[in-house]
Amino acid sequence: MIRLDPRLLAARERLSHIKLVVPVMSSKGGVGKTVIAGTLALLLTKNNVETGLLDLDFTNPGLHILLGADIRSWPEEEKGVVPPKIYGVRFMTAAYYSGDEPLPLRGRYVDEVFKEILCITRWPGVEVLVIDTPPGIRDEALNILTYIPSPKPLIVGTSCPLAVHSVEKLIKVLRESNHEIIGLVENMADQPGPLRRLSEKYGIDYLGNIPYIKDLDTAIGSPDKLVELLSPYLARVIEKIRTIIS
Amino acid sequence: MVHEWALADALARYIVYRISGEGKKNVKRVIIRLGVLQSIDKEILGFALKEILESMGYQVKQIDFEDEEPVLKCRKCGYEWKPNMNVFGETIREAIHFVPETIFSYYKCPHCGSRDFDIVKGRGIDVTLIEVE
Ligand SMILES: Nc1ncnc2c1ncn2[C@@H]1O[C@H](COP(=O)(O)OP(=O)(O)OP(=O)(O)O)[C@@H](O)[C@H]1O
Ligand SMILES: [Mg+2]
Repeated sequence: MIRLDPRLLAARERLSHIKLVVPVMSSKGGVGKTVIAGTLALLLTKNNVETGLLDLDFTNPGLHILLGADIRSWPEEEKGVVPPKIYGVRFMTAAYYSGDEPLPLRGRYVDEVFKEILCITRWPGVEVLVIDTPPGIRDEALNILTYIPSPKPLIVGTSCPLAVHSVEKLIKVLRESNHEIIGLVENMADQPGPLRRLSEKYGIDYLGNIPYIKDLDTAIGSPDKLVELLSPYLARVIEKIRTIIS
Repeated sequence: MVHEWALADALARYIVYRISGEGKKNVKRVIIRLGVLQSIDKEILGFALKEILESMGYQVKQIDFEDEEPVLKCRKCGYEWKPNMNVFGETIREAIHFVPETIFSYYKCPHCGSRDFDIVKGRGIDVTLIEVE
């Protein structure tokens, strides 16, 4: 007999109307996944795309800080939970429930939180769901690839050889499992560098470089400022996503 | 409508998934194991499960629940205990109700203070029996 976790059956249903799920991924830490995931969701919303944003970095959630969201106002209960809109983006995070406390989790509990949250969260009207993920190729990343129907990852890296080598391994995992990669963004790079060569090697769309922006940390918590600073550099990502969903 | 509906919906889909091959539409009895950690409202869960199954074209006669009391075990000192959920205020109980693992945010081993403990039992929901007729 095949036994499935009931929550996964429900999770698939909750996502079934969503046109595109974009996990922002990098096996390398600290390369800008959270900043890019959050700002991308804000920009899609500004471009009239109904967007959801999910923080799957349970032990190190950052999106609510990035967006300046008040985690004391929990999602509404309505045959599950419906995340509130922050600057027009439907935003879900486990931080609503763990609050300002740490949430240390071993792998099997990461798995449980993942299934629970995907089972109970509803995304009414959402067309594109952007997911922020922790670094590494572990539970969270594998869960997305295994349990979410056809996610199309956006890969983020920097020009640092440590990041380039790391990202290449992630590309291999995605390729082996036949996942379509939306594209690659080279962050904190003043010009296209080794990640452009990597994307050519693997035939992945190079969606541009984002320079090192000195003032970026002052924009954390201010969505308007994030949008202002980053929108020129995320235009190609937005354009690609709009093409995919239209 | 509370979030028990989402869980009932998951159970309904699972039950249908398990029995759809048999071509039978009448469920005589199901047993649901309920981890007490999550303080699920059985009445709502049972009601929702019936409604959802009916909307999918299945009748259920009897739904029984089996409670599973939570047991936690510390990895650091080996202490095993049954947590008393009443020590928590309303908000924390609600948080654990939605995402049981938030217990790691609010609870520590009463013996050594470690947060590195395991939930041995008493978490989650499972269908332990489905009888069709
Ligand atoms: N283009 C940029 N210019 C300047 N600073 C940046 C840029 N992109 C990101 N940062 C900064 O780099 C740091 C790491 O960013 P972020 O937290 O988004 O990375 P991450 O990949 O999500 O990290 P983690 O792997 O820990 O989740 C932050 O301080 C952020 O403000
Ligand atoms: Mg991050």
